[in-house]
Amino acid sequence: MAPILVAKKVTKRFGGLVAVNSVDFEIPEKSIVSIIGPNGAGKTTFFNCITGFGKIDEGSISFEGTDIHRMRPDQITRLGISRTYQNIRLFADMTALENILVGQHVFLHAPWYSAVLGTPNVRNEEKNALAEAQRLLNFVDLKGKGDMLARNLPYGAQRRLEIARALATKPKLLLLDEPSAGMNPRESEDLTAFIRRLRDELGITILLIEHHMRVVMGISEHITVLDYGEKIAEGTPVQIQTNPRVIEAYLGRGAATEGMENAHERFNKKAG
Amino acid sequence: MKKENFIWAAAKIGLLGGVISIFLTLIGMVEVFDKRDVVEKIITLGMFLPVAVSFTAGFLASKRTSDLFGENKILFNLLSGLIAGLFTGLLLMFLVMFGTSVNLRAVFLNASPTLFKLLTFGKESGGETLLVLYGAVIGLIGGGFHLLPTMIRRPLTRAIFFLIFMALFSGLFRVVMINQGESASKLAKYLFGQTGMTLNGALIFFFGVVLVSVLWDSQGQKVQTRVATMPKSGQLTLRVLVILLIAYIALGLPLVSGPFIAQVIVIISLYILMGLGLNITLGFAGLLDLGFVAFYAIGAYTVGLLTSYGPFGLQHVSFWIAVPIAVLVAMMFGAILGLPVLGVRGDYLAIATLGFGEIVRLLAGSDFLAKFFGGPQGVIGIQKPCLGILEAFVKTDVPRVCGGIELAKPQDIYYLAVVSAILIAFIAWRLRESRLGRAWMAIREDEDVAEALGINLVQTKLLAYMLGAAFAGLGGAIFTVLVGSIFASSMQLIVSINVVALIIVGGMGSIPGVIVGAITLIGLPELLREVSEFRFLLYGTTLIIMMLAKPEGLWPSQSAKRELHHADADNVAAETA
Repeated sequence: MAPILVAKKVTKRFGGLVAVNSVDFEIPEKSIVSIIGPNGAGKTTFFNCITGFGKIDEGSISFEGTDIHRMRPDQITRLGISRTYQNIRLFADMTALENILVGQHVFLHAPWYSAVLGTPNVRNEEKNALAEAQRLLNFVDLKGKGDMLARNLPYGAQRRLEIARALATKPKLLLLDEPSAGMNPRESEDLTAFIRRLRDELGITILLIEHHMRVVMGISEHITVLDYGEKIAEGTPVQIQTNPRVIEAYLGRGAATEGMENAHERFNKKAG
Repeated sequence: MKKENFIWAAAKIGLLGGVISIFLTLIGMVEVFDKRDVVEKIITLGMFLPVAVSFTAGFLASKRTSDLFGENKILFNLLSGLIAGLFTGLLLMFLVMFGTSVNLRAVFLNASPTLFKLLTFGKESGGETLLVLYGAVIGLIGGGFHLLPTMIRRPLTRAIFFLIFMALFSGLFRVVMINQGESASKLAKYLFGQTGMTLNGALIFFFGVVLVSVLWDSQGQKVQTRVATMPKSGQLTLRVLVILLIAYIALGLPLVSGPFIAQVIVIISLYILMGLGLNITLGFAGLLDLGFVAFYAIGAYTVGLLTSYGPFGLQHVSFWIAVPIAVLVAMMFGAILGLPVLGVRGDYLAIATLGFGEIVRLLAGSDFLAKFFGGPQGVIGIQKPCLGILEAFVKTDVPRVCGGIELAKPQDIYYLAVVSAILIAFIAWRLRESRLGRAWMAIREDEDVAEALGINLVQTKLLAYMLGAAFAGLGGAIFTVLVGSIFASSMQLIVSINVVALIIVGGMGSIPGVIVGAITLIGLPELLREVSEFRFLLYGTTLIIMMLAKPEGLWPSQSAKRELHHADADNVAAETA
């Protein structure tokens, strides 16, 4: 399948630190792709580069053939890329429904004066937006929680609400930053199923950063491994699990010479 | 941990109270307030201050004692109150003794013999001891007050506060009532004296409030549930009635209050107008704009230059044409000034806008631009608004004749301001409920995330900024016709600060909060002329107390309530879940 996102030689520096170093990266359309790597490997920085939070220093990123690396975050969102955050960043003091409605901002066009006058157009637009928000709320299993403040929702519900808010922008590519962080194995399983549903039912391409190896290995069609800002491996889950450089990055030098069999076991143990 | 000795705790509270008493005395508050009676011939507002301090000290000491013991121990409570009161009196006594033997006036201008005479009750000798004795007795009463059950204490507290309130505003009520005809006038003279309440009036108010308060405490719950269980239509009628009553008072007051109070009310209404404007910028979008006065000035000058029959009048259009132009010009300047700085965040924005306010004021008042804006002499001869046909321009320095109703009196301008305020409140309300309101709220909560959801930050912030500017311009326009002239020197930073402060005190983002805030922060100091000398002291104190005690404001918006009372919100959530 044709790639929906192509990143070429992307480099991002913070002063003297090279956070992302000349990374080439592609996401095939309607696939589920993961980026993994030890802490501080530059995964979230790479996410930020894609969504326009940080301008890249070298290289290019294009989305469906359009160069996006010079665009503002809101322009990139309009093209169809949306994201969630590692530490949930909901609008904590707005209700669940309001959070989703903010996500629909892109599709609402009423200028301020017609909002003041309350023209039929505006009222129609608002009514549809509300219906759509309600639908999304149901989609993420938060039916009836619409009037609750985001901050008062339980942790798992907050994660789902954040995804619903991201979905409200009607993305073609959804970036999930550690969606299963803080979840127990059962919740992680539900999440895996949910992410699959997003792809299968809504046709959204998914890119995720994840630490839970069970989730990563169970769901990804393609995995890229970053370490110290550099891409050290990519391939299918099976290929990654047996790649000596990956094992080295995760378990430290020496692990690779210990004998593949042994290391493999340890890797999986840690991952599980 | 060893528990604090209650006597020591009481002494500390007493000393603190004493320091406050000395402070109030030395800044001259006691002496100035002495000219005002709370109850005629019995107690003046000035003497009321140290009494209130001793009483509060006694009360707090008694409360502390109960806290230390974990229960009320009547004897100890009274003792601690006595000690606290004693110390407040002692400190004042030291001040008097020190002040009468050494001349303090080189440093403390107010430490005059009159003051000390006042503090010693006009007695030649023995006055100091009396001061300590009174302090101790009042402290004892304060301590005992804490021991009263809430059921008795609460009505009494309310009655005391009501008395202070009535004393402060007795002049206002007197004037209003005297203008109401023979019988009301008689009643006014029965209740109020020249500078405070009469004894009869005070007693009536005191027992009246106690009675109402007791009734409310015992029956209020029932009334509330009655209202809550009323059918929808009934509730609506009730609400409409309340609104009508408020509207009747708000619209009728300037007609019966005489020119001075009418003037104050116009000023309040103008601040409400500007507060509603800044509320969009600051309250909704969270942009702290300290240069609000710039747009006020731009609106004022635009109307001035377009309508003045004085030497600086550029055009001679009617007020009704000039106002929309002024609003548009202010909005345009909002865009011009906003674009470069709206990328700046938080505190930096405040500093940048602070600069604008000053630049506009200095430019308007400068000799360099005096050809256009009149420099320090200002623009004068501004035509009053005319409902009807305005005579064509004849010649400079001659006001044109209005063939209809001329809005010349402050009362007339007041109605103009009220209509404008209602219009702005409506616009603000509609905007808040729209996609823009949500976008502003999102930006206020988390700018990065808002941007990542497709909100164009510059555009959205700029709109909030421009709308705020437009309403400030409208405020300036109305102010101009109220005064009939513009001087750059009246466009001070304090105007901007007033508007920000009234929004914060009233409740960020809350429309009724703006009204409450303007009445408290602008109206009260204008009405209480004795206070005006200590205006900034009270202003600062009020702000600090507000931030500590009620940071969400006097009439907070729903979302602010949520933000600042997470614990409560969580409880509610737990109940509904």
